[in-house]
Amino acid sequence: MPGEIDAAKADPQQWLIAQLGPADQPAPVDGQPFRDSATLVKDLQAFRQERREMKRNGETQDLRAFVKQQRQVLINEMASRFQQGFISCRPLAERLVWFWSNHFTISVQNPAVASLAGAYEREAIRPHIAGKFEDMLLAVATHPAMLIYLNNAQSIGPDSPAGQLASRGLNENFGRELMELYSLGVDGGYSQADVIALAKLLTGWSIDIRPKGAGAMARFFQANFNQAENVEGVSSGFRYFPARHEPGQVTLRGKTYPDGFAGGRAAIHDLAKDPATAKFIATKFARHFVADTPPPKLVARLERTFRDTQGDLKAMTIAMIEDPAVWNPGAEKMRNPVEYVTASYRLLNLPREQNGDQQIRGAMQACRLMGHFPLAAPSPKGWSDMSADWSGPDAILSRIEWAQQLGSRLPQTVGAAQIVKLADQTVGDRLSQQTRSAVAAAPTGGEALALLVSSPEFQRR
Amino acid sequence: MTRSRRDTLKALGLTAGFCLWDAPLRYAFAAMPGDRRLVVIILRGAVDGLAAVPPHGDKDYQAVRGALALSKDGAAPLHDLDGMFGLHPALANLKTMYDAKELLVFQNICSPYRDRSHFDGQNVLETGAARPHTISDGWLNRALAPMGLGDGVRALAVAQTPPLLLTGQTRATSWMPPALPAPDADFLARVKLLYARDPGLKQSLDDALALQDAAMVASDDPSDKKMGPGAAANLEPLFSGAGRLLAAANGPRVAVLDVSGWDTHVNEGAGDGQLARRLAALDRALVALKTALGPAWSKTAIVMATEFGRTAHPNGNGGTDHGTGGASFLLGGAVSGGMVRGEWTGLGSSALKDGRDQPPRTDLRSLFKGVLAEHMAVPKSALENAVFPDSSGATAMTGLIRA
Repeated sequence: MPGEIDAAKADPQQWLIAQLGPADQPAPVDGQPFRDSATLVKDLQAFRQERREMKRNGETQDLRAFVKQQRQVLINEMASRFQQGFISCRPLAERLVWFWSNHFTISVQNPAVASLAGAYEREAIRPHIAGKFEDMLLAVATHPAMLIYLNNAQSIGPDSPAGQLASRGLNENFGRELMELYSLGVDGGYSQADVIALAKLLTGWSIDIRPKGAGAMARFFQANFNQAENVEGVSSGFRYFPARHEPGQVTLRGKTYPDGFAGGRAAIHDLAKDPATAKFIATKFARHFVADTPPPKLVARLERTFRDTQGDLKAMTIAMIEDPAVWNPGAEKMRNPVEYVTASYRLLNLPREQNGDQQIRGAMQACRLMGHFPLAAPSPKGWSDMSADWSGPDAILSRIEWAQQLGSRLPQTVGAAQIVKLADQTVGDRLSQQTRSAVAAAPTGGEALALLVSSPEFQRR
Repeated sequence: MTRSRRDTLKALGLTAGFCLWDAPLRYAFAAMPGDRRLVVIILRGAVDGLAAVPPHGDKDYQAVRGALALSKDGAAPLHDLDGMFGLHPALANLKTMYDAKELLVFQNICSPYRDRSHFDGQNVLETGAARPHTISDGWLNRALAPMGLGDGVRALAVAQTPPLLLTGQTRATSWMPPALPAPDADFLARVKLLYARDPGLKQSLDDALALQDAAMVASDDPSDKKMGPGAAANLEPLFSGAGRLLAAANGPRVAVLDVSGWDTHVNEGAGDGQLARRLAALDRALVALKTALGPAWSKTAIVMATEFGRTAHPNGNGGTDHGTGGASFLLGGAVSGGMVRGEWTGLGSSALKDGRDQPPRTDLRSLFKGVLAEHMAVPKSALENAVFPDSSGATAMTGLIRA
């Protein structure tokens, strides 16, 4: 953003540290207040109910309106999120949101997750980016979007009353990914037996979707429904169903956990504090922000900070900001498409008041074409943090195509000299003499902009 | 395609260090590998092998699979292959290929990976190592030089950036159906100047442009290119684009495609449903690939593999969890097909790995090695050392490719 470098110049570290705290909530682009996950789950439940009834009555029409409305919720949420990235005066806070929501990825490629994706980031990620890792982990593990995405909402203890009644059972998906991808890391020390143990501990962690009607099943579920009311930090759409919980104590990684909600809650606590988690998170954090192969000393420093502060993410982020390795001019990474498009929009102070919606939609479409979209990764591993994964031949050509298109939209009245000025204000000292001369020599302002946005300095950060 | 004499000799195993008899001799006089096309399709997410290739003749099949069992009758009948195995109802085009003896099916096959993480499993599948994260490049990349495809960019990934399978010392390129207008030549020349001091970006751009020059792919309808949400549905433009590039006289000879969406933990469905739709999309896409290849189909082998199989029994939600052994496919005009291969040991709980997974009876590397040897004339010494180190237990399969 023009002017940002000037603002940060006096004390860049302090400029970054001052941004730390809960992330700002985006303003809804359509002016309608966002709905929280509890409400969105109710909508989803109403839809499923309606679908069942219509199916029974042989009707097929009219569901399209609901599907369209769900899609609109997603589009508005994502547009608001993109806009927040374009206009935020706390760009580091936004970058942290992007990192954590990609670490704890959910994916709107699963249609049931789509309407909840925005709420997920607003409720489970944004409040915690400079808080405790454990709080974020608990908010994530109790969020309807995650419980649906990794199938825990349907997981049922085989020996629980519900399991006996409905002959349904365990789903291992969430138990596995919670350890492999979100906390310990794949080499963090757990076995297949531990995966099943954690899945058992998390049975009954679900959402408020209960079968309606008068059947025995429906009556049973309605009678055995409960909320983990006394527990702080769970997400608003979360419900705990004791009747689905696998009864008895469970041994996870050598430790015995109690029956009931408390067992799973205690397991989350221990996973968040585990030294393997500190190592895994520190490495991933440094890889994302600093280098594909992060300096071991930096990783060790972040790991130590995470461990010593019981997972204080603000402390870990400050430790990174204060590390000399981060300020080494040699350390550069490819911007991923969302970062790249956002940097381009911030450069131009987009969106403007006029046609702002269209401009935001254009940015979202650009990211899709470049193969990257928030909360839409093809797998629970999330999007890659490695530069090489964003710089293949087709990836680079797509960026150049987009840069030229962006330049072609620039008003004719803007000349190359103004783009050079913009480059000095935004890329600053990182701008090479070569790029500066090429931008200055471009025949039109549009081409000057396209060159700047295509340049190596701009593709990297 | 022109080839240097040295490359040809190398491909035939005649250069120093290779013993003549290590090379599969009958191919020394067959078509030059320069005409051969090899496609590897990674099915990411762990395909349910018992759904794709149902062992409907097994006495335990119906009981073990329960609601997921397929049958020869009903609204969506499976395609019987040999009385014992069948193909999923959605794989009608694969059945046609099987009947034309252009498809080989493998059961109880998987990589040497024995845990159940998708990501480590895919790492083993792509690196060709015995354990995850022990080799940093992909086996297909390491096989390019011994195929005689070490010079020039002869390997293509249908992706924005090549996956690990194709990453390594030999350069590979990547391609996706174009969505935006191509930049004009003058602008590109200026960008190239900017990249002169940035070897990474320069190479990526050069490779992307070279591919366009070499094959002159007709531009697709931009609406074909759907990324992000919903991307999974439309595979055909990706497959037909790959086919056109492979068919081009001066185009790539090796291609990699990824298809995800197989991680069916919930409501997998049987003859109809989530998995059936995904299989049908793959089945259609393979026909699009075949059509686009045109006459080059007869010189093509396509291998499809996944990181591991799934549990034999359904889980608590009408889906299946991560398992071990699974199914794999080899198809194409060059394939000696019409058979189901593999060691079948039944579905009783003692036959299942850990009482739950399809057992690992054949190492996928045996299939990969066999294809590389018979189809692409990769010498045995290269297969055992450079391409698949630490794989002596996985003997190359034979009889995969038409003589």
